[in-house]
Amino acid sequence: MNEALFLHRIHFAFTITFHYLFPQLTMGLAPLIVVLKTLAIRTGNEKYNDAARFWTRIFGINFAFGVVTGIPMEFEFGTNWAHFSQLTGGVIGQPLAMEGTFSFFLESAFLGLFLYGEKKLGKWGHWCAGCLVFLGSWLSGFFIIVTDAWMQHPVAYMRLPNGAFSVTSFWALLCNPWALIQFAHNMCGALATGAFVMAAVGAFYLLDGGNGEYGRIFLRVGVIAGVLASLAQAFPTGDLHGKYLAKHQPVTIAAMEGLFRSATGAPMVIIGQPDAEHQRIDNPIVVNKVLSFLVYGTTTAEVRGLNAFPKDQWPTNIPLLYFAYHIMVGLGTIMIAVMLAAAFLLWRHMLYGNRWMLWIVMLCVPFPYIANTAGWMTAEVGRQPWLVYGLLRTSQGYSTNVNAANSLFTLLGYMGLYLVLGILFVFIMQREIGQGPEASSRRLIKTEIPVAAA
Amino acid sequence: MESAWFILVALMIVAYSVLDGFDLGAGMVHMLVARTDTERRTILRSIGPVWDGNEVWLIAGGGTLYFAFPTLYAVSFSGFYLPLHMVLWLLVLRGIGIEFRTHLASPVAAGLFDGFFALSSFLLALFLGAALGNVIRGVPVGAAGTFFEPLWTTLRPWGDTGILDWYTIFTGTFAVIALLTHGALWVVLKTSGEVRDRARRVATRAIPVLALFTIVGVPLTVVVRPDTLDNYLQHPSLFVFPAGVVASLFLASRWNRKGRELAAFLATCFFVISALSGAAAGLYPALLPSSYGSQFNLTIFNTATGSYALRVGFVWWGLGMALAIGYFILVYQMFHGKVPLDPSNMSQDSLPIR
Repeated sequence: MNEALFLHRIHFAFTITFHYLFPQLTMGLAPLIVVLKTLAIRTGNEKYNDAARFWTRIFGINFAFGVVTGIPMEFEFGTNWAHFSQLTGGVIGQPLAMEGTFSFFLESAFLGLFLYGEKKLGKWGHWCAGCLVFLGSWLSGFFIIVTDAWMQHPVAYMRLPNGAFSVTSFWALLCNPWALIQFAHNMCGALATGAFVMAAVGAFYLLDGGNGEYGRIFLRVGVIAGVLASLAQAFPTGDLHGKYLAKHQPVTIAAMEGLFRSATGAPMVIIGQPDAEHQRIDNPIVVNKVLSFLVYGTTTAEVRGLNAFPKDQWPTNIPLLYFAYHIMVGLGTIMIAVMLAAAFLLWRHMLYGNRWMLWIVMLCVPFPYIANTAGWMTAEVGRQPWLVYGLLRTSQGYSTNVNAANSLFTLLGYMGLYLVLGILFVFIMQREIGQGPEASSRRLIKTEIPVAAA
Repeated sequence: MESAWFILVALMIVAYSVLDGFDLGAGMVHMLVARTDTERRTILRSIGPVWDGNEVWLIAGGGTLYFAFPTLYAVSFSGFYLPLHMVLWLLVLRGIGIEFRTHLASPVAAGLFDGFFALSSFLLALFLGAALGNVIRGVPVGAAGTFFEPLWTTLRPWGDTGILDWYTIFTGTFAVIALLTHGALWVVLKTSGEVRDRARRVATRAIPVLALFTIVGVPLTVVVRPDTLDNYLQHPSLFVFPAGVVASLFLASRWNRKGRELAAFLATCFFVISALSGAAAGLYPALLPSSYGSQFNLTIFNTATGSYALRVGFVWWGLGMALAIGYFILVYQMFHGKVPLDPSNMSQDSLPIR
């Protein structure tokens, strides 16, 4: 791989990976905040309002980090991937522009109202503002997934005389089956992040001894949402996604699973290291016939291995793809187990006093972040060597007029800047969680626009 | 059809400049007119609920450019690689400066974040003005269809240009002064007491300088790119934009002196609108002229996508804009009037300024 191409890839990978740490939490928290607001209205218990305000402040912090790290993404297509943008803007420019027009305006307007307008809007007005923030954040996710889905599985396009792609059916682009499946799978992932974070903060409060009442609310909402999200993450959304992937990108599935040679009744590798040079899995632990069953629903089906495809179609980094996929699945499984156990204890009224479980729930908080990131790496590394699957190779898409040194310079700039942002984020979050819901609730009410000023 | 999208993209850029323009201007006057912690928080609160929405115009404008004129998006963004990434870094710093100042209860942190906010606002205005200067002057794009501009070459606006030359430095400074005035009048409109008085004095001093830059700017632009005048000579009705520039400057000065705060602020809104529309009118149908000759210009015709995409775009764009304008009216209405000096600002939360 030439140096400039390599650096442009790292550039995008680094900035998008850092960026997505924030939206996955905001998209996951938004519906949970609506749940808390609804509980507050239905029960009349002011604690739920305090809880909602606390999570709205956490949402606000993550939203701001998501915004500032997201702006570079909108422009990086043009700066670092000029040939790709020139060819595909006529298709994926649509969802990207729609994201700005339909979701960012909505989110930015109503987050301000939701944060600072509680008194002025009234109970239901404030609830509606919360729902609109939720809608805005999920719409934004949808448009990004439509963009990615077109790169994974191009539909509804034609080629213009200059070779560029242009969309031929607006609805077919938005309703790309790949996009719908990926959206469902991705939003379960985001919801899992939101739920795990909420439950972990709850567990922390109970273990810490302060804010106990809020700790119980957070745990209850977090665990119920978490068990639903992590189950739906695997089945049906993950299962559907895998089957669709096997149909349209069979070589990707083979590389993900480390299946070098085609096999009937193919086994699934649970643990093991792929050795691409000798085309085998080192020290494997496998379960026979499971892969065939998962992909085709029968234990005897033949699954095509990498040897069934020409080498120039193989994903370019098989070990990375293999590990990303296995980390995603492995952590997803652990997340299901933890949440099932916690939900069982919650049902038996034993969760709040069970210190073991509280420790586990608290320490699991990195898992959904890692699993979501690994999932996206599986999708994007699996798409290689293509930018647009089967149509445009990655090596044909980067900005040839931007040399490697310039790409390296801006990459280093982002690394430095994001290091500072990361430290600031940890610091602010630690302070916010340490102060607890009552303090953040007071702060929010204090900075609200007074009704008299209107 | 392509012409319609030219106008729509121009509209979005104008909307961004007017709306985020006052955020940037408020940032530039932030450390000049607000001395105590309470005063600085008043300025931050005047833009707090709106700055993020204002910035969305830039993102939505970028997205619209991407889908309507993909070739332009690709060629110009990669050609302006270095300054564009620097603008993005500055946008990150500004956002952090605005959002997190109050999250860290420490005078040192507050001072640092004030510095981020003020410096990045100033540099953003300078860079965005210089970017506009680059677009008007043209860029070294030839038969290959791509270019890469270094930050500077010979500082002369001809041939193998860099991002910075005397003309683009001039347009950058022009943008700084214009947005400084615009932002100062916003602060006048949204605050009271000493902050307002100081901001008013800043505007009073800046307006004559802005007038001077405007008068000098016209002949300089004609020297740098003579064919700017072609459209004006063919369609004299376009002179409404320069006339608007002159009228709005005059009115801004007059209303600012008379203390008509809203009118004066609207006058500088109108100034930004007229100046940018005037520039766009001189460019059409080019989106990015070539400094090697007009046969290499990137125009709306050689950079647009297919006609179905442009047609279907109208439908959702119109709907999306109607919604966005609705949200803006709602938000500005909710937060209209002066930022109140609420009692909490006087309490222990108030910080000494370092």
